[in-house]
Amino acid sequence: MNFIYFIDAFKEALRLIISLEPELYGVIFLSLRVTFTALVLAALIGIPCGVMLGLYQFTGKKLLVNFINTFMSIPPVVVGLLVYVLLSNETGLVGDHRLLFTPFAMILAQFALALPLMIGLTYAGISNVDPLAKKSAISLGASPFGIAYTLVREARFAIYSSFIVVFGRLIAEVGAVMMVGGNIRYQTRMMTTSIAMLKGMGEFQTALALGIILLGLAFVINGSMEVLRNYGRNN
Amino acid sequence: MSIVKIENLKKKYGTKTVLAIPSLSISSNQITAIIGPSGAGKSTLLAIINGLETPTEGKILFQDEEFSSTKRYSQKARRSMALVFQKPLMFNTSVYKNIAYGLTMRKAKTSLITERVEAIAAKIGLSGQLKQKATTLSGGEAGRVSVARSLTLHPLLLLMDEPTASLDPVNISLIEQLIFDAKTELGTSIIIVTHNLFQAKRLADQVIFLLDGLVIEAGSTHDVFNQPKDPRTKAFVSGEMVY
Repeated sequence: MNFIYFIDAFKEALRLIISLEPELYGVIFLSLRVTFTALVLAALIGIPCGVMLGLYQFTGKKLLVNFINTFMSIPPVVVGLLVYVLLSNETGLVGDHRLLFTPFAMILAQFALALPLMIGLTYAGISNVDPLAKKSAISLGASPFGIAYTLVREARFAIYSSFIVVFGRLIAEVGAVMMVGGNIRYQTRMMTTSIAMLKGMGEFQTALALGIILLGLAFVINGSMEVLRNYGRNN
Repeated sequence: MSIVKIENLKKKYGTKTVLAIPSLSISSNQITAIIGPSGAGKSTLLAIINGLETPTEGKILFQDEEFSSTKRYSQKARRSMALVFQKPLMFNTSVYKNIAYGLTMRKAKTSLITERVEAIAAKIGLSGQLKQKATTLSGGEAGRVSVARSLTLHPLLLLMDEPTASLDPVNISLIEQLIFDAKTELGTSIIIVTHNLFQAKRLADQVIFLLDGLVIEAGSTHDVFNQPKDPRTKAFVSGEMVY
């Protein structure tokens, strides 16, 4: 493979974007929908859990933190397998609802991947806040909710960063969504599963073109998040 | 009249007893200085009075409300006092929001917050810096903001843990003036931990000398400095080492 090959792949990526091909845009929008839904759900649950974990001392906290840290590095295929088993007709607890091979199943798998990361990174952010911030809040009469709010504010840049990290992990994920989504055309085909499929079919250049588009999307979204973070830092 | 009464107080870390005070009364509407060498238990005593640390045994009575290992202050009692730490922590927001913090947490009216913040900002010479990020302030400015945000609350009891340590004379003088004003204008009772014996002499009405977690002597500033009863107090106030 030479440099010209990459140039051609880049040209192909541009052609695909300009062509406004509905299938390509369907794949992009499904990727974004699944990723952002899982990210937002994980943030809604994970951030409060991470804050509670950072704020309170309780028996078994170290063990719980150990579990979360372990689940932060769980392989996506294992998560995919667990969700598959959960939703499968034969073995699943909710198999009757025919949720397997739907965007819902992919969101569930990505949510399961994102949640421990969101909790763990928020907890790390809160733990890194100067302990005097909590003491100052208490001594200035903040309520328990006020203390939590203050610490989240102090850790906000770490929490913004956790969004970027989790987004990066989800948008690039392929193993779990392939397993529970099935890469069904027009239904559950995402960018990463398309790339894996095209590679399998030997269509390397189109696969590379999709990879370039995926990278471009991630660049634009990460850049926007970074702009937001810097805005927050300066205001 | 007492604002704080201490009864059979003991604080232990593991097996080590860091505070043991059978009985102590701190008068209201006065400035009380707690002096003593490092490790005497001064900051621990302040943190226990504030409710940040719990006593191992005994109790604190703040305006007759009990604080002990089994009983916590009510929110009303907690909000009647404020603690200024030795190292001023600035929240990562503007100077205005730092000064307004306690009032905001009490859901005070915006007009009241603005009025008090602007008044105290003028006093501490930071009127022109209210929009500035508080984390970019100098040590002296942060020290002033730290005292100011406690004073906007008009607390009944103000606890101060070496608020002027490592500050220059101008900032020390400004903060001492704020302390005096709080006592005379707001009727605030103030307990200040200080290593600076001259500051204790300048500011305090009452002095408590702590050594190894024990109250060695407590009395009027004049008596403790000029007619100390205990030889250890005499040695400390005269600048001799008592470790």
